[in-house]
Amino acid sequence: MAEARLAIERPLSPHLSIYRRLINMVMSILHRITGAALYFGTLLLAAWLIATAMGKEAFDLVGAAFAHPIGKLVLFGYTWALVHHMLGGVRHLIWDTGRGFQIWQINVLSWLTIIGSVGLTLVLWAAGLFLRGEL
Amino acid sequence: MAYRTPLARVRGLGSAHEGAQHFWRQRLTAIANLFLVSFLIWLLMTLAGADYATTKATLAKPQVAIPLLLLVLSGLVHMRLGMQTIIEDYVHSEGRKILALMLNSFFALVVGLICVFAVLKLSFGA
Repeated sequence: MAEARLAIERPLSPHLSIYRRLINMVMSILHRITGAALYFGTLLLAAWLIATAMGKEAFDLVGAAFAHPIGKLVLFGYTWALVHHMLGGVRHLIWDTGRGFQIWQINVLSWLTIIGSVGLTLVLWAAGLFLRGEL
Repeated sequence: MAYRTPLARVRGLGSAHEGAQHFWRQRLTAIANLFLVSFLIWLLMTLAGADYATTKATLAKPQVAIPLLLLVLSGLVHMRLGMQTIIEDYVHSEGRKILALMLNSFFALVVGLICVFAVLKLSFGA
């Protein structure tokens, strides 16, 4: 009721799709997408913890689901989202101090985020698969 | 600024009535998560390929259970705040927005309770 109904056709300000894609813009979008993905990804952590608490049968079931190629792909995506959101968060914390706002600094920080997140994810998975004896 | 009452200025809550609380909690939990998520990654590495008995025994250790509980609390506060921002950005109808914000709180609470219950059960029970 209290909402103002001003549905008059007015020209809208230009939005995402008309701008040339810049790296900091892509990182900003990815930060939000990875955050939302991690939100639902906590279900994976919850499933693992509750299955372990429930007993061997449930633990083995969740373990098998995680070890399945599709499960692995989901976990790989989850790892990347986690690392990416973490590095993006550090970038934002740096910006919170008022530093790093020169254009070149913004570009460097943005590129470091994506290169770092992909690189770290690959390293973590290589280490994990090695520890499991699958590599 | 000159138009604000002295009380409003002292409270410092602004027009949204919550001041910088959302911003501050987001940052506080973000910094906590940096350490706690690093711990989780380390934990998952040490448990890579571990069987049921090992996993259970590891998760029951206080030095593992306590950081894990902290991670769940800090992580869920952080993600609830983040999703709240996303909802407020994209859901414009007042009714749907309130519903989405409620579901957001329920989701965080339920997931949090499942995790906390599981860790405590592994530590104290079974």
